[in-house]
Amino acid sequence: MTAAGVRLEITDLGKRFGSRMVLGGVNLKVEAGEFVAVIGRSGCGKSTLLRLVAGLEQPTMGRIYLDGRLSRGLDPTVKVMFQDERLLMWKRVLDNVALGLGGKDRERAQRVLAQVGLAERAGDWPRMLSGGQRQRVALARALVNQPRLLLLDEPLGALDALTRLEMQRLIEQLWQVNGFTALLVTHDVQEAVALCDRVVLIEQGRPSLDMPVNLPRPRVRSSPHFAALVGEILERVMSGTEAPLKSGRTVPASGRETT
Amino acid sequence: MAWLVPVALLVLWQWTAQSGFLASRILPAPLAVIEAAFDLARKGELLQHIGVSFARAVCGFLVGGGIAFALGLLNGVSRTSETLLDTTVQMIRNIPHLALIPLVILWFGIGEEAKVFLVALGVFFPIYINTYHGMRTVDPGVIEMGRVYGLGPAALFWQILLPGALPSILIGVRFALGVMWLTLIVAETIASDAGIGYMAMNAREFMQTDVVVFSVLLYALLGKLADATARLAERRWLQWHPNYAHGREGA
Repeated sequence: MTAAGVRLEITDLGKRFGSRMVLGGVNLKVEAGEFVAVIGRSGCGKSTLLRLVAGLEQPTMGRIYLDGRLSRGLDPTVKVMFQDERLLMWKRVLDNVALGLGGKDRERAQRVLAQVGLAERAGDWPRMLSGGQRQRVALARALVNQPRLLLLDEPLGALDALTRLEMQRLIEQLWQVNGFTALLVTHDVQEAVALCDRVVLIEQGRPSLDMPVNLPRPRVRSSPHFAALVGEILERVMSGTEAPLKSGRTVPASGRETT
Repeated sequence: MAWLVPVALLVLWQWTAQSGFLASRILPAPLAVIEAAFDLARKGELLQHIGVSFARAVCGFLVGGGIAFALGLLNGVSRTSETLLDTTVQMIRNIPHLALIPLVILWFGIGEEAKVFLVALGVFFPIYINTYHGMRTVDPGVIEMGRVYGLGPAALFWQILLPGALPSILIGVRFALGVMWLTLIVAETIASDAGIGYMAMNAREFMQTDVVVFSVLLYALLGKLADATARLAERRWLQWHPNYAHGREGA
C-alpha cells in the first residue's frame, strides 16, 4: 500500500448549532502519519470536531487544510470509522468491505479482510458476526480505500474490554504498516495513551491540553510511566479548567457554556 | 398431529352430508364438491374462469402497485414531492375503495376496466404506505456512511435506500395481495360476466351449491398461492435479515 499520511491543519474552527456554540476557535496541527487522540467529557464537542474534519458538517467559522489545501466537505482521501459499525446488513461481508471500490478490485478487498483476520467470513451476512468482528469489517472497509487520514469516532466504545484491547492492537499495527494520519476521538484515556503520539483534551469547545506521549511502542499498560501519564491526564480531565499543570502545553479556555 | 382436527372435521362433514343430516342445499359433501370441480374442469369452463380472474388480479396489481411503488419511492427521496403529495394520498386513503363500486359501475360499466380499477385502487395504499415508510426509516447513519465512502445519488439509492426499504416494501406487497383477492371477489360477485365470482353467482341461480362452495375454495387457494409467492420472495431477498433467517447459521 502506498497511501502516506496527510498533514492536517485546523485554524480557528468553530461550530454553532442554533444558539449553542459547540466548538469555538479550535487550532490544531497534526503531522503526516501522526496518531492524535482527542479526548474530553461527553458533550465537549470532540465528536463535532471529527465530523467537521470529515466534511459531514459545515463549520460556522474557521478552516480545515489537508496538506495545505483547503477542505470543503467530503474528501475521498478521508475515511471515517463510526462508533456503530454501520455495515450494510443486506450485503455480504466482502461486499461491505468493497463498498467504496465501486464493485471492482474485490481481490484487494479480500486481502484487507485477511489483514483484519476475517478472510474466511467473506461470504457471510453481517448479522452472523459478533460486535468486534463487525467493527473489524468496518475497519477493513475504511482501509481498503487507502485513506490518507483515518477518523475514528469512538469506534471501540461498544465493545467488551478484551475485544477492545485486541482491536486497539490491530488498529495500531495497521496504522504502522499503512502510514496514514489518524485522529481518534475517545473518552477512554487509557486507549488514547496506548495508541496515540499526542493527546489533545477538549474542554468547553476548545483544546485545553496538548500532551505528547513519548512512550515506546507497543506500549506496556503495566509500566509505571504509562500509569503515571494516564493518571495525570485523568486528573486534568476531572479537575476542570482551573487546575495547574505539571507538564504539556496548555491553551487558555474561554468560559463559554457548552454542556 | 396438527392435521388431526381438520381431517376429523372433513370426515364428519362427509358423513353428515352423506347420511342426510346436512341438506346438500346448505352444504354439499366434500366429495360432491370435488366432483363438481372435475366436471367444470372437463367442460373447460374452469380454466377459462380462473384465467379471467387471474388476469384481472395481476393487471390491477401491476397498475396500482406500480404507481404506488413509484410514488412511494419518489416521496421517500424527495421532500418537495412528499410535502406536495403525501397529505393528498393520505386523505384519499380514508375512502373505503369498495364504497366506490356504484360510482365505478357508472363510470366503466361492468366490464374489465371496473374490476381492474378497483383492484388497482385497493392495492395502491398498502404498497404506497409501506414503500414510503420503508424509505423514510432507513438508518440515516448508514446513508451518511455511504456518502463518506463515495457513493453518488444513484449508488445510494440502489445500494442503500432500496435494499434498506425492502423488508417494509415486501410487507406492503403481502398485504396488497390480500386486498387484491378481496376486492376482486366483491367486484366479481356484484357485477360480472366471467370469472370465478361470476361462476359462483351463476351456480347460485341454478342451486348448484357444490359449485358455489368450490368457488369459495378456489379463492382461498389462489389467495394462499399469492401469499406463498410473497413468502418465497421474502426468503430469497431478505436472507440477510435476522427476522427472515433460516437454516443452521449462527452468530
